[in-house]
Amino acid sequence: MKDLEQILQSHAFLGGCEPEYVQLLVGCARNLRFDAGEYLLREGAAADEFYLIRHGKVALEINVPGKAPIVFSTLGEGEIVGASWLVPPYRWTFDARAVELTRAIGIDAACLRRKCDADSGFGYAMMKRFVPILSQRLHATRLQLLDVYGKP
Amino acid sequence: MTVAVADPMLPQRYRVTHAQRLLDDTVSLRLTPQDGELPSWQPGQFNMLYAFGVGESAISISGADDNGFEHTVRAVGAVSRAIAALQVGDSIGLRGPFGSAWPVTAAEGADVVFVAGGLGLAPLRPAIEAVLQQRERYGRVVLRVGARRPQDLLFPEALERWRLARDVDIDVSVDHADTQWRGHVGVVTTLIAGARFDPHESIAMVCGPDVMMRFCARSLHDEGVADDRIYLSMERNMKCAIGLCGHCQFGPSFICKDGPVMRYDTIADRLNVREL
Repeated sequence: MKDLEQILQSHAFLGGCEPEYVQLLVGCARNLRFDAGEYLLREGAAADEFYLIRHGKVALEINVPGKAPIVFSTLGEGEIVGASWLVPPYRWTFDARAVELTRAIGIDAACLRRKCDADSGFGYAMMKRFVPILSQRLHATRLQLLDVYGKP
Repeated sequence: MTVAVADPMLPQRYRVTHAQRLLDDTVSLRLTPQDGELPSWQPGQFNMLYAFGVGESAISISGADDNGFEHTVRAVGAVSRAIAALQVGDSIGLRGPFGSAWPVTAAEGADVVFVAGGLGLAPLRPAIEAVLQQRERYGRVVLRVGARRPQDLLFPEALERWRLARDVDIDVSVDHADTQWRGHVGVVTTLIAGARFDPHESIAMVCGPDVMMRFCARSLHDEGVADDRIYLSMERNMKCAIGLCGHCQFGPSFICKDGPVMRYDTIADRLNVREL
């Protein structure tokens, strides 16, 4: 059976990451399982843990009073859920719900922030992995906003 | 001996033999020639459909059998509204087929990646069917489909049939959904990175709105697919369909004659020119 370090090393988010950095991350990590319908995080709650998805699918939703929630993105294997832990005031800005049985690694955000502050090399390595993902998502959101399949 | 050559500007009379409403504003029409045989055609080509008294519009062929062409039409302007309103038994003028085709034969031996957005699945459908009919001649077959909402997906029955077909990797993403939708939500480009295909041994065929194709081509490029192995189906204001009138000029090319299917490496620079 794989231990946490092996699981982290094999996750797409950490592909090619220096082993000593993976070891640092292991100290902040735990294995998690979410059944279909279970929420990983809720809008407004403290962003104290984010998730590396190992298997399954997670829907990111915005709650609309009196209506069904609107799903604006889904994430799957190899992707990360949550970036609000990076930016004060560390509060989630959407809900994340497991669409199907989902296994993930939870990363304690406060623990990771402390380690990033203490070791700037580690912090920079982590940011180099997060920023492209944030950029890609911003770009994808722009395309969604264009509503390219709407009436010309 | 004098051989009569059909005038490419003269519409032939066709009859609507089947009409099916697919979406609120989109129909599929089966058009059967009233005189003579169905002309030969290839996946990716288009016909000029003439709604009598209204005008002509270039519409891709979304299928065909021995008896007729199938065209999938979205009612967005005067001509397409008139075409979409036709009933079984009505007549329509048709010129064609015109234009270039999807590289279905050239893709033999390679992995094939289809990416369709919205109505773009219609022009790709004959190419998908052709590949699946001779599935053993191709490597991996990947289909990625993007739509606005789950209820806007074209050809759900065909998608299900293809999904059940041997060894075809199909994934669908919509831009907006409620919690009942169990598929992906997000732009279709995000489904390209996770697809399993050999980028160095793949041919990609992409059809959809211009913006979607541009970003899909970039995603495929980023995955390692060479630009000369990516094909897009371009759409411009086609009028004569034989490269004479210039309405569909796209830099040095005419979409009607040199396209609609064009290789990405030959047009990538032009896709960023706003005036084109």
